[in-house]
Parts: sequence; C-alpha cells; structure tokens
Amino acid sequence: MLLVIIFTIFAAITIISAGMVAFSQNIVYSAFSLLFTFFGIAGLYVLLAADFLAATQLLIYVGGILVLLLFGVMLTHKIQEVNLSNESMRLAPAAIVVLAFLGLLSIAIYRTQWPTVPVPELTPTTARIGTLFMTDYLLPFEIASLVLLTALVGAVFIARGRVKK
Amino acid sequence: MNMIVLEHYLLVGAILFCLGFFCVLTRRNAVAVLMGVELIFNAANLNFVAFARFGTLNIDGIMFAIFIIMLAAAEATVALAIVLNIYRQLDTVNLDEADLMKG
Repeated sequence: MLLVIIFTIFAAITIISAGMVAFSQNIVYSAFSLLFTFFGIAGLYVLLAADFLAATQLLIYVGGILVLLLFGVMLTHKIQEVNLSNESMRLAPAAIVVLAFLGLLSIAIYRTQWPTVPVPELTPTTARIGTLFMTDYLLPFEIASLVLLTALVGAVFIARGRVKK
Repeated sequence: MNMIVLEHYLLVGAILFCLGFFCVLTRRNAVAVLMGVELIFNAANLNFVAFARFGTLNIDGIMFAIFIIMLAAAEATVALAIVLNIYRQLDTVNLDEADLMKG
C-alpha cells in the first residue's frame, strides 16, 4: 500500500510538471518545471529498483542538460527583454493529434498481454552494470565515448563566432 | 488498485511522451522544443526500465537507458550550439522565422 502511495506521488509530480513544461507561457517556468519532471522520473527509477540509473538521471539531466537548457534560454533572449515569451501555435490540430495518439497508446497498453515475470528481489545494480560495461557492452561503451567526443568538438565548432582573419 | 504493475508505468510513460510531443508540435521557441524532446527521451527511458523490472528484459533495459541518457546529453549540446548559431545569424530563435533554406 505504501508503494502505491509513493508511486502516485512521484507519478503526479512527473506528469504535472511535464504539463507545466508543455503549457507554461514563460520559458523560464518551463525550464524549472523540467527540473521537477526529472526529479519525479528519478523517484520512479528508484521504485523500479534502478538505483544507479536514478543517480545518473539526477547527475546528467539535472546537473548537465537542464543547466545547458537554462543557458540556452538566457543566451538567446536579449537581457533587457523582460517578457521571455514562450508562445504556442497550432494548438487545436496538435491537441487532436496528441489526444488521438494517447488514446491509441492507452488501448495498446491495456489490451496487450505483456510477458511479465515474477518481480525479482531488490538487489543493487551498480556492480552488475560496471561488469557489463567492461564485458558484454564494451564496444557500445567505446563508441559512446567517441560519440561524446565528437559532439563536444562539434558543439564548440558550431557555437563559436567567426574567426577574425 | 492495490498493486503497481507494468501497465501503470507504461501509462505514465505514454502521458509523458504525449506531453513532450505536444511541446514539440506547438512551441515556437527552439529551446522549448528541445525541452519537449527531453520529455520524450525520459518517457522512452521509463518504459525501458519498467520492462527491465517487470518483463524479461532484465538488466539490459537499464543498460539501454544509460546509453539513451548519454545520447540525450550529446544531442542537447549539439542542438543548443545550433540554436545559438541561429540566434547569432538571424537574431531570433522562433522556428517559423528561421526559414533561410525554404525554396
């Protein structure tokens, strides 16, 4: 019963703040609502026994991506502009498409017989993840490092100003 | 409802995906569209981890989620660099005004 209450709280935090991200008229509010969405998702990861992933979520999303998005917001608006507008357009067609898609997904989720297994005991995952990174997932791990390096160099190259001759 | 089963997590993921999709479809500001993309990534991740816990995916689902987080970080850096460049060139980040490549 306690798990149900905790799940409900985290799911509510996630969905309400995600709604704020999608509907807020101020882009700074949207960015800060995203913080609570990431926090709620991290809580759901803990409930799903993914302890390492929850910590990763907080470190990378909240500490990295969110700060990056806030930098994006701050750097792309003129400082003297008080109104950081975040307008929406095409609301009605988008709402129709999205609601239809949500209905389709809900029907698919509840009609399907998911192949579930009995839920295993709670065990720490960090050691197993580390072992897998160095054995079965070694090639994806190395490719990931290459992708990150490429993204870093590419981002610096794209974002820099023109080089003065 | 006295047990949390797979379907509940999938439903939360579906709602999160739809909100992110709505954000991508309706926002004019490019940074807000990126926020919607992050919501969609999180919805996909939640599904992977839910299947890792309740389904037969086991710890491979968590590995997938870690790689998705990595790709999301790479995507965010490059996309923000492009947005900053657009802002410097066109003095706007509204997606409907950045139409230089329109024929």
